[in-house]
Amino acid sequence: MMGAAEAIAVTDLHKRFGPLEVLKGVSLTANRGDVIAIIGGSGSGKSTLLRCINMLELPSAGMVSVHGEEIKMKPDGRGGLVPADRKQVQRIRTRLGMVFQSFNLWQHMTILENVIEAPVHVLGNSKAEAVETAEALLRRVGLYEKRDAYPAFLSGGQQQRAAIARALAIQPLVMLFDEPTSALDPELVGEVLSVIGDLAREKRTMILVTHEMKFARNVANHIVFLHNGIIEEQGPPEAIFGAPKSERLKKFISSIH
Amino acid sequence: MSNETTHALAFSPQDLPKTESFFKPHRIVLIVLFVGLVLAIAIFMRWDWLPRYLPRLGNGILVSLAMLFSTSILGFLLAIPLGLVQVTGPWLLKGPARLFCTVIRGTPLLLQLWLLYYGLGSLFPQFPAIRQSFLWPYLREAWPYGVAALTISFAAYEGEVMRGAFAGVPQGELEAARAYGMRRWTMFRRIWLPRAVHRALPTLTGETVLQLKSTPLVATITVIDVYAVISKVRQETFLTYEPLILLALVYMCLTGLLVLAFRYFENRIPTRGA
Repeated sequence: MMGAAEAIAVTDLHKRFGPLEVLKGVSLTANRGDVIAIIGGSGSGKSTLLRCINMLELPSAGMVSVHGEEIKMKPDGRGGLVPADRKQVQRIRTRLGMVFQSFNLWQHMTILENVIEAPVHVLGNSKAEAVETAEALLRRVGLYEKRDAYPAFLSGGQQQRAAIARALAIQPLVMLFDEPTSALDPELVGEVLSVIGDLAREKRTMILVTHEMKFARNVANHIVFLHNGIIEEQGPPEAIFGAPKSERLKKFISSIH
Repeated sequence: MSNETTHALAFSPQDLPKTESFFKPHRIVLIVLFVGLVLAIAIFMRWDWLPRYLPRLGNGILVSLAMLFSTSILGFLLAIPLGLVQVTGPWLLKGPARLFCTVIRGTPLLLQLWLLYYGLGSLFPQFPAIRQSFLWPYLREAWPYGVAALTISFAAYEGEVMRGAFAGVPQGELEAARAYGMRRWTMFRRIWLPRAVHRALPTLTGETVLQLKSTPLVATITVIDVYAVISKVRQETFLTYEPLILLALVYMCLTGLLVLAFRYFENRIPTRGA
């Protein structure tokens, strides 16, 4: 991974919810073209870590930088941190395409409107241009025919594919996936994973939190095992799944098989 | 495929009874009775006064509609911040907003109207500054007090409705807006507000119909709406039922039109399983 441009760097990240410390000093680097899968049991802090990267969750301590630009933080006076410059956070967020567990499509807009919303109203692109990009993206995820439908009329798998198109529409530097298949019926998981797999194969930088171990093993080039708010073990998938070192990882891997 | 679903829902012709279902024996009996009633009303009751009062009635309907639309729109514009600060605002704004809604919703509209018109309205002339101001020609009239009272009342009720609607928009959708770098105002304008209004529309339909039927109260402070015209008819012709039946018919037609208009807006965004 040497020599590649650094896409995301997380340094000594801590996150407390009241007395509960969810992240206890996590450092993570994603270079361009990396596909990093974060795995771990429930409550291990993996979603929180992902959400701290785009400041949907504010870290209590530590540093996040995107494409070499550090997100400036200041103390909030209660032992935590808040962004020092909201504009900077908004700008950096446009480089991160977030995909949520529960899709979070805007229900009052059609699929096409969902996809062009951020390009038009955040990036300031022209509507014609945004529609053109959006239609190409919807074709890619196999939803071109559904572009005028409202999200409520789509299956979970279709909604998540639309949400991926929406995240891609801002042409992000890094894609963030927060358990993208956890809310889906088992028979719908495959169609979403195949879209994410395609993105991985074209060397798009992504960080994904997932419970799909086989998928993580196939598409990721780096696996991070999080346990109780610290990185217990990390490395290439062959090492993590083939020759786990720590007891906890061994236990975790055997528990899911 | 989904397009068909959308259109089917948008116009929902299946809501209407089918033609053949009108021809059930009990329905035929009811239809005959109803037609008979309408004919009896038209033939055996006195309607000779109607042409004389038509222009005034038309005028009265316009006044009623003007009252309804101006106060609903103004009231709704006030309701948006009232609802919003109750959901997200600092306590300094939240408290007064909640107090306003509670006090206005807790007192009769007629009382508020009279307090404004007979109370405030009789205080104003004592202040030379007000008498000399450009507002005085309006403050001498009755309608501004009617508009004010109805607006305040609508704002308080709808503020409460909007509070629930704003709070009910799924947090995840707002989070998605933030995650793509949306500024707060853009998020409010593009996501939060339209989503909340859409959720609140069925309630707002009912509330607007209630507002229509609150407008006759302004007749008590000398505004000549359709109710006031009908009262005049009753005084001058000594008829009771005919003018009142006509009045009921007028309000029913207006209500029907309102409901249809709202339904059109509701169906612009189809919802599943609604």
